[in-house]
Amino acid sequence: MPKPKGAVIIDTERCKGCDLCVVACPTDCLELQKKEVNNRGYRFAHVIAPENCIGCASCALVCPDACIEVFKVMI
Amino acid sequence: MSQEVKLMKGNEAIAHAAILYGVDGYFGYPITPQSEVLETLEAEMPWKTTGMVVLQAESEVSSINMVYGGAATGKAVMTSSSSPGISLMQEGISYLAASELPALIVNVMRGGPGLGTIHPSQSDYFQATKGGGHGDYHLIVLAPSSVQEMADFVGLGFDLAFKYRTPAMILADGVVGQMMEKVVLPEQRPRRTEEQIARECPWAATGHSKGRKPNVVTSLELDSALMEKNNERFQETYRLIEKNEVRYQAYHIEDAEYLVVAFGSIARICLKAIEDAREKGIKVGLIRPITLWPFPYDAIREASRHTKGILVVELNAGQMIEDVRLAVADPTMDIRHFGRMGGIVPNPSEISAALNRLMNHES
Amino acid sequence: MDIQDIIKPENKVYSSPRLLNDSTMHYCPGCSHGVVHKLVAEVIDEMGLEHNAIGIAPVGCAVFAYKYIDVDWIEAAHGRAPALATAAKRLNPDRLVFTYQGDGDFAAIGTAESIHAANRGENIAIIFINNGIYGMTGGQMAPTTLEGMKTATTPYGRNVELNGYPLDITKLLAQLDGTCYVTRQSVHKPAAVRQAKKAIRRAFENSVNRRGCSVVEILGTCSSGWKMTPHQSNLWMEEHMKEKYPVGDLKNIEE
Repeated sequence: MPKPKGAVIIDTERCKGCDLCVVACPTDCLELQKKEVNNRGYRFAHVIAPENCIGCASCALVCPDACIEVFKVMI
Repeated sequence: MSQEVKLMKGNEAIAHAAILYGVDGYFGYPITPQSEVLETLEAEMPWKTTGMVVLQAESEVSSINMVYGGAATGKAVMTSSSSPGISLMQEGISYLAASELPALIVNVMRGGPGLGTIHPSQSDYFQATKGGGHGDYHLIVLAPSSVQEMADFVGLGFDLAFKYRTPAMILADGVVGQMMEKVVLPEQRPRRTEEQIARECPWAATGHSKGRKPNVVTSLELDSALMEKNNERFQETYRLIEKNEVRYQAYHIEDAEYLVVAFGSIARICLKAIEDAREKGIKVGLIRPITLWPFPYDAIREASRHTKGILVVELNAGQMIEDVRLAVADPTMDIRHFGRMGGIVPNPSEISAALNRLMNHES
Repeated sequence: MDIQDIIKPENKVYSSPRLLNDSTMHYCPGCSHGVVHKLVAEVIDEMGLEHNAIGIAPVGCAVFAYKYIDVDWIEAAHGRAPALATAAKRLNPDRLVFTYQGDGDFAAIGTAESIHAANRGENIAIIFINNGIYGMTGGQMAPTTLEGMKTATTPYGRNVELNGYPLDITKLLAQLDGTCYVTRQSVHKPAAVRQAKKAIRRAFENSVNRRGCSVVEILGTCSSGWKMTPHQSNLWMEEHMKEKYPVGDLKNIEE
């Protein structure tokens, strides 16, 4: 049976580090930066486990700042 | 042009003139002494003929904000009310001015302050000409003294409002609103088409944004430098209006030794007092400001150069007299006020008596 | 499979709505307004109404909604959006006309306009964000603030003897003959976001097709005002707000 495989691109400069995408992700792909901040001082979200991403777009749906693009293929 | 003469109230003339001008929408709330405007519109059902929208709102606050919403889409929209209702509308009027929206507001004045009286008054002169709501702005203020002018100033008010992108007000009093007189109404004009609105009002939030960037109508600007620029632009418009749009009626001012200044219905009663004085050989003239803003400062200054005294007659405690004082160059000029309040309209003999006191230097 | 093989235009399943422009929204991190803005932008685009829509912005946190969604907008005075929308729609009957309002705007200062526009059956869509607090002015009590909820003006919690009861205006509007669709939604979870989008779409369709007044209340969070993290706010909203303001359709009159 084909399985979904996904990837996300995060606009880290637009990100305000609210953490909602991290919470929404069902496969624990995302995390907020621990130290690094963007130009506006936010600890932005980034992908820590790209291999887990299933392209479900949950992160993007709940993102209030429209920072996340989602791609998905079936393999 | 049809010259059919009709007999009607000033308030009814406003309603008929609005339909004939091709106004797109009227939004109002009943209040004495102007309810005939809305009543006449509802009875005429212009939505079946010109397509004009007529709506009784839940309050004056809502009415003026409906005007704001309609004007923002580029439509020719208006409301009418009377003094306490106009006080309620002031926030919305300030928004209209700040968003540079053309609209027409009719105030058929009644006596105040407070709930006051339903009888005629001119005590909203300050409210109409000095801003009224918050912020630095002016309305173009037209003061009709006859039913004919009630009808004529609807078109004039809209023409000026659209020319300068600023709200205009017809400041009438209960006398002009309620009295019946002969009137010749204008020809029916078509309402503007969508294409015309798009062309003539490129700023309007019509919703039809194809081929242009989205339009935003707002009075909000948190950048101080830009907000100052907005204010400077408003002031430039006001200077232009002051330069171009002063209107007044002058009567026998060429040889006048005494000058009467009065607006609206009371100016007509003053005319009778002036005729009586002239019959006695007393040279009295009248200036009747038609635009209360912009005020005819220059005309009054010129006329005052050869007068011995000025009588300002108003149905209030003395409001326009402040502008007359500003207009007159000679600080020693005897400028007096005669007014009645509470809804009382003086008769010509009371005005003649006030003139006599001025001529005889009596207090 | 390499990431670069997945990140191709043909594989894209979600991106920022086309009508949401590049301006960075002024909202605090985690604010529900951002999610609802995205939904409004998506629905307008999907319905092909980009050039046939008039939005009315409120006074409150969403006062700058017009800076983010690329359609024609009119910015209203506090509470008056339904009055503006009434005229805009009656004078331009083929347009989508919608208001976007917070709880203070819609249910306190604008109560008269809200009730009467709904009762007249104005063909407008009202997006009403209820987060139980005045966000813009710094977290004061809203008409919808829950009993016991602490705000800047109810520092010991909303006391109904002092401050009256939380106002469920949406329930009230559902009673009126002029409303055709009244619903309450939330946007705290992916599934809820999808539901909220459907509700907004239905409301917008009702406006375009002139079926009456639609009210879409969306339970929002205000992490700054509530003094919680965005995630804690979502949990708190789920636990407390939904008790007083249950999610679901209150009224849905089909064609």
